[in-house]
Amino acid sequence: MTLPMATPDTDIDLWLNQQTDKSLLRFLTCGSVDDGKSTLIGRLLYDSQLILDDQLASLKKESRNRTTGDEGIDFSLLVDGLAAEREQGITIDVAYRFFSTDKRKFIVADTPGHEQYTRNMATGASNADLALVLIDARKGVLTQTRRHSFILSLIGVKHVVLVVNKIDLVDYDQAVFDKIVAEYRAFAEPLGFKSLAAVPVSALRGDNILATSPRTPWYRGSALVPYLETVEVAEDRTEQKFRFPVQWVNRPNLDFRGLSGTVASGAIAVGDDVLIASSRKPAVIKRIVTMDGELNQAVAGQAVTLVLDREVDVSRGDVLARPGETPEFSNQFQARLVWMSEESAFPGRSYLLKVGSQLVPATITDLKFRTNVNTLEHTAATKIDLNEVATVTIATDKPLAFDSYATNALTGGFILIDRLSNATLGAGTIEFGLRRAQNLTYQAFDVNRAVRASMKGQQPRIVWFTGLSGSGKSSIANLLEKRLTAEGRHAYILDGDNVRHGLNKDLGFTEAARVENIRRVAEVAKLMADAGLIVLVSFISPFEKERRLAREIAGDIDFAEVYVDTPLEVCEARDPKGLYKRARAGEIKNFTGIDSPFEAPTNAELVLHGAEDEPTVLSEQLYDWLKI
Amino acid sequence: MSQSPLTHLQTLEAESIEILREVAASFERPVMMYSIGKDSSVLLHLARKAFFPSKIPFPLLHVNTTWKFREMIAFRDRMAEEYGFDLISHTNPDGLRDNINPFDHGSSRYTDIMKTAALRQALNAGQYDAAIGGARRDEEKSRAKERIFSHRNATHAWDPKNQRPELWRVFNTRLNPGESMRVFPLSNWTELDIWTYIYSEGIPIVPLYFAKKRPIVERFGTLIMVDDDRMPLNTDEVPREEMVRFRTLGCYPLTGAMRSTAASLPEIIMEMQASRTSEREGRLIDSDSVGSMEKKKQEGYF
Repeated sequence: MTLPMATPDTDIDLWLNQQTDKSLLRFLTCGSVDDGKSTLIGRLLYDSQLILDDQLASLKKESRNRTTGDEGIDFSLLVDGLAAEREQGITIDVAYRFFSTDKRKFIVADTPGHEQYTRNMATGASNADLALVLIDARKGVLTQTRRHSFILSLIGVKHVVLVVNKIDLVDYDQAVFDKIVAEYRAFAEPLGFKSLAAVPVSALRGDNILATSPRTPWYRGSALVPYLETVEVAEDRTEQKFRFPVQWVNRPNLDFRGLSGTVASGAIAVGDDVLIASSRKPAVIKRIVTMDGELNQAVAGQAVTLVLDREVDVSRGDVLARPGETPEFSNQFQARLVWMSEESAFPGRSYLLKVGSQLVPATITDLKFRTNVNTLEHTAATKIDLNEVATVTIATDKPLAFDSYATNALTGGFILIDRLSNATLGAGTIEFGLRRAQNLTYQAFDVNRAVRASMKGQQPRIVWFTGLSGSGKSSIANLLEKRLTAEGRHAYILDGDNVRHGLNKDLGFTEAARVENIRRVAEVAKLMADAGLIVLVSFISPFEKERRLAREIAGDIDFAEVYVDTPLEVCEARDPKGLYKRARAGEIKNFTGIDSPFEAPTNAELVLHGAEDEPTVLSEQLYDWLKI
Repeated sequence: MSQSPLTHLQTLEAESIEILREVAASFERPVMMYSIGKDSSVLLHLARKAFFPSKIPFPLLHVNTTWKFREMIAFRDRMAEEYGFDLISHTNPDGLRDNINPFDHGSSRYTDIMKTAALRQALNAGQYDAAIGGARRDEEKSRAKERIFSHRNATHAWDPKNQRPELWRVFNTRLNPGESMRVFPLSNWTELDIWTYIYSEGIPIVPLYFAKKRPIVERFGTLIMVDDDRMPLNTDEVPREEMVRFRTLGCYPLTGAMRSTAASLPEIIMEMQASRTSEREGRLIDSDSVGSMEKKKQEGYF
């Protein structure tokens, strides 16, 4: 991009040059609720004279009956833009605000203090260079101060300013300030921030915001704004290894095939050698195309279109790198996860993982530990709840190109997405790839499924029964197996109770244990089908997610979900094992249909109505449908 | 601070291009909202850059209320021809039949029928799964809260309390049937960034942004330009020629002009520097009540 200099030496060009030279600092404010984050930002906007006359007028009108500063204005009203935020007097979601001084431009993310909205704080942190951690001088370091500081270190914000706010409410007492700073420094030491400053301020009254305040003569440091104008935070991404994640393949006609994307790090020039991370195929950069003309070189942050010198297979999600400096390429890695959903995370459950422009199914294979945000201690866990941070290992369905987050945030940061609701559930930072992923390959044998199946003269398949306890699953499966066996077929029933006596006897009935229960049975069913058998799985399997997981584990094996739909009243009246009676008496916890939900399938291949027909009729119906 | 060789505007430009490419790569039927204003002009320019040498791989949608300035429509048609993009124009047929207009029906009902409902009709008709808009976070308080990829349910409603966390530039573009996404590539731009970018890139904009003598009547302290003879005048109202320009563009009866002599981009930028009022002050629909924009957005307005 070039500035046309048609009218040189005019005011506008001088002014534009000044603007162009100004650097940009992206920062966020965080900390506990009611510590005055919104008020501080309002104050920054007001003091940098960015509140315009019409805004100021409506602000004064709205400020009645609220806490107002010396100017009669409630500064928090400037940023809390949602109706619910104004009603409740809290910040729910991140607001992005812009201001500039003579020296620098600023984008500030005002993030919520409420624990419930920690995910929005992480959102604000992910694009920030620096954080203002606010503390109410009267309250000192709180859990949420620690939680936010820990998330800052996790997301990689390396520069922190501890803003001890409401210093006017503790009579500008130096001892209070010193004590808070000492406590925070001790906590933050292991978090490894590169810089940590502390300022005593009153956002409401304006002390130590633009200039040092006569009311804190004991404070020797810089006021907040002068500090923000001069602090050095930038890292030179152009000095890092070259990474180019391909976003979009640009094919206007048969003669042009360009790879469009943004240089994530490093630099590349025409004539340079590159390697495709997935295939390890080499190529040379032939052209760097933009609408403003072709470039000789492209650097980190630039959005360009690269043309290679030869036809190699490259598509969206691939990463280009230099030979000898390639990213890791693996399907297993260790990562830290911040969980952002009300629905807990469980090892074994399947999610979608997105890193750069790569999107793949992924599973948490091991939950190593959770980190206590107060003490930074590691504790054992079987699941990750909302706002918790854990260290996990993750396996993906196909290998990914990635770097450790510490060396490259753009190729090492990922999100996990729910496969049903498509909600973003968590964010992760990759620590390192697991070597075992590269060493573990599937052994290819000469005798394969097709050979085994043809010996048995049948098509292997998995018939997955789901339904309430007492719905008739096992009776139908039993009759079906009898008929198949009589015809010389080879079948086997995997029954929930039986498996829990052996393979899964270590598992209980919590949600986490149920996920693992289904995962193991699905893997066993797959092995049996691979051996050529017709596998009948009779499991309550109450959750849609796990039935989907079973289907995925089955892979290319024919998989039919059969829903035995029998009303709860009917099942309870039958109560063949006396379990409903005991559940009603409170002797059994987490019983499906009583105090644990059953998610009726919406995509079952076949629905059998257990209250309308006898098992003999239903098994015949199923047999006909299966066309064996 | 910045050791990056890129300037502030170059960084914003690259970020926006990345977002536009992400839309093209992740959605089946994207569309770009084209309102013909300065932000739309910048968006159009960025889209041409993002996909060059390919053409913009999605259509541009203009929701025409029939009350736009005539110069805007002429500019729109000229751009479509010059750049060869696929232009779709939609007007609410029910509103057209009932002759819904800002004078007889009030700005609120008019906006609801001719803009919000019309937009929903057009998005449903095209079965678009992503609609790109030119909104910026510095425009209005509820806009400052919105994600770059902003999820909408099957009735186009926004739930501000339940937005998807958006980390780094990893965007969750997944949708269930019927849902859609609003995407705002200019989120991190300010009004000043827009003007300096228009100046430095030489981007064409509607001439109404430049000061010129125009026929004006003053109503409730707002300067309204009489753009055609459909505007009912009170008996004491006589349009008089005044030197004015527009800071934002919309429907002419609802868009206030400002007295100005700024007839070139440098003059506009310098005038803006000295301005003590916000960009949307002249927009009548924003100031109906506190939180009104948020409410409109929840109902599906852009």
